[in-house]
Amino acid sequence: MSNPTSSSRLAAPGDAAPAFDLSDGPDRRIALSDFRGRPVVLVFYPADWSPVCGDQIALYNEMSSIFAEYNVQLLGVSVDGLWCHQAFQEARRIQFPLLADFQPRGEVARRYGVYRENDGITERALFVIDAAGVVRWSYLSPIGENPGADGIISALDALTPEQLGTPAAPGGSRA
Amino acid sequence: MSTGTLQPPVGPGDHAQGPADAPITLVEYGDYECPHCAAAHGVVRTVQRELGGSLRYVFRNFPLRQAHPHAAHAAEAAESIARHGGEERFWAMHDWMFAHQHTLADEYLLERAAALGVEAQAVEDDLSAGAMASRVHHDFRSGVRSGVNGTPTFFVNGRRFDGDWRDASALAGALRNAEPA
Repeated sequence: MSNPTSSSRLAAPGDAAPAFDLSDGPDRRIALSDFRGRPVVLVFYPADWSPVCGDQIALYNEMSSIFAEYNVQLLGVSVDGLWCHQAFQEARRIQFPLLADFQPRGEVARRYGVYRENDGITERALFVIDAAGVVRWSYLSPIGENPGADGIISALDALTPEQLGTPAAPGGSRA
Repeated sequence: MSTGTLQPPVGPGDHAQGPADAPITLVEYGDYECPHCAAAHGVVRTVQRELGGSLRYVFRNFPLRQAHPHAAHAAEAAESIARHGGEERFWAMHDWMFAHQHTLADEYLLERAAALGVEAQAVEDDLSAGAMASRVHHDFRSGVRSGVNGTPTFFVNGRRFDGDWRDASALAGALRNAEPA
């Protein structure tokens, strides 16, 4: 589906996941490469505080034990600044990092093909990145819809042990 | 993206009201501390009255515990009451909690259990041991896989209902027109 508001193509399965290094609070930064060896679920959402995002983020926030079973790191990204993220995280008791794609605005979202130039916000989009840093699944949601988590879980279920970063079972095949 | 298909289908472990062979099954994923779920509870009761024996209603737990501090224990208390007191008392507790969302702290849950004729100590022991937590988490997990994205989320004959549940007559109409599972 063509998407005239995004600046580039949606990162797709098989692509190397575009690198990033973003603020995760006043004195902290998080880089995608920090999680090499583990899968990452990357959640772009339009804004802190908006009601649909609230539901979507609230849902993922309840899923820590499920994500832990896959040894997966969940990361949220929006163009909100770090103080906004911090207030949102405290108010909603968000248990996973929210990264500030704030300056230059939306640069990481652009790399993933999910920046809306006209609106100055990111699309609502999901990426599952494997332990080697390769995109294995991506989904661009209608911006006003809460995409839930069933697609993420199905994508994680489809990862091989290598892609999950867990050792293959004895006797299992190794790439 | 979402398949929006109930996984797993309704089974003997579910809490159900209405005939097992009813042509229409309405499944709700809900949270006892969620105000929308309390509103939905009244709608469900209206729809149940309208459809009578042609409707089976099933409730599964989907507590949003970060948003609602009492939601997990409320769900576990209802499960514990089902365990010690049977399905009738489970539903009595279910109704009571949706009508008393501001008194869902443990002490009130235990008091209510006793009022329903279930030994409060047994429920308290279940809560402190987390005895019903895996049952509640099982429901939550099935909801995530089925495409639940918030509470309440309804499934009609196994398919996610994306219409407006706030309007009882619209919901009843959608149920009457539901395709068989």
